[in-house]
Amino acid sequence: MNQHQALLAYVSRLGDNGLILGQRMIEVVAAYPELEEELANANFALDYIGQARMFYTYAGELEGSGRSEDDFAFLRDENEFHNYLLIEQPNGHFGDSIAKLVLFDSFYLLLLEALKDCNVKRLAEIAARAEKEIRYHLRHNSQWLVRLGDGTEASHARVQDSVDSLWQYTGELFAADEVDQIFAESFAGPDLEAIQEQWKANVATILEEATLTMPGDGWMASGGKQGRHSEHFGYMIAEMQYLQRTHPGATW
Amino acid sequence: MVTSPVSREQVLEWLSEIPDPEIPVLTITDLGIVRDVTVSDKVVVDVTPTYSGCPATEMIEQSVVDTLHDRGIEDVLLNRVLSPPWTTDWISDAGRDKLRKYGIAPPEKGGSKRELLHGKRTISCPRCESSHTVVVSEFGSTACKASYKCNDCLEPFEYFKCI
Repeated sequence: MNQHQALLAYVSRLGDNGLILGQRMIEVVAAYPELEEELANANFALDYIGQARMFYTYAGELEGSGRSEDDFAFLRDENEFHNYLLIEQPNGHFGDSIAKLVLFDSFYLLLLEALKDCNVKRLAEIAARAEKEIRYHLRHNSQWLVRLGDGTEASHARVQDSVDSLWQYTGELFAADEVDQIFAESFAGPDLEAIQEQWKANVATILEEATLTMPGDGWMASGGKQGRHSEHFGYMIAEMQYLQRTHPGATW
Repeated sequence: MVTSPVSREQVLEWLSEIPDPEIPVLTITDLGIVRDVTVSDKVVVDVTPTYSGCPATEMIEQSVVDTLHDRGIEDVLLNRVLSPPWTTDWISDAGRDKLRKYGIAPPEKGGSKRELLHGKRTISCPRCESSHTVVVSEFGSTACKASYKCNDCLEPFEYFKCI
């Protein structure tokens, strides 16, 4: 894999993460427990999708193939999406969604902060834009985690269970593969080991405030970054791509 | 058709009449999303998106093009700039006054630097200026507004979110 291929793969992965997380969140639009949270969830999903659009547009330019953001989203198969397994997990109940977002956003914020200093100007600019939004999301999500964890006995037990079940998907966030390594070496990309250390400290602070216990690191799932997804993924993109698959080339 | 070349100031003046689709009391120049205008053989307008997920971005860009076309400028190039990223600090002082008169508390400056869990702050009521207010929903009602209530005049009001 040369430098250009690694950069393209890296940018396209960032797009996949934004799109898949946004799509997941949009599944519960019009089904949230209360109106304000409904709006917050939908607005956050729009931010992730908006960020994905910027990454995909850039990936299309890097590729030089003329692929548009829509081509990346609607005309690729399951194994061509290289997002983290964590974010494709089903929404579950409200506590599951909040726990997932706290674990992911705590990582994503650190990643974007590091990307601001990479030597790919366009990527650094998108990261600087996105970082402000993710910081805002994380404020929302961590405040909810505290409310649920430090709430009633029932909410505490349920959200502890959410954190415990999702923990196995956090290892992949920090497991550098060839793409991450080339990107780090050639483009001053993020140091995932340093990010992991900081992530653990930040998550520990939020969990402590939420009176929750940080799970121990056991077996960690992996494969999302290489296009090997959990079973849930196919159903999700089948719905996302339904229109283009049923009516190829449809526009409106 | 405008035959003599148009000035940068003229273009900026035209753009300063375009309302924001979501908060029409503000214009797009009040919001600080028009970064620059360059006039050569064509008119180049540098615009920056607000929130990445803002559904109004394309609509705003289209209204820039339409406005200049209506004034006879045919060759318009929109240049989307990301750096430095937009924050609520880009809203002009005139824009902040307009928001207050409209009943929306303007965003505090430097809002994006608040702490994650303990970032408390006081928002003044845009109607009676009391600081005795309470947050009802920090992350509603829209992508760019939060809901507050004034404990003195008892009016609910909106607060422009900071990023």
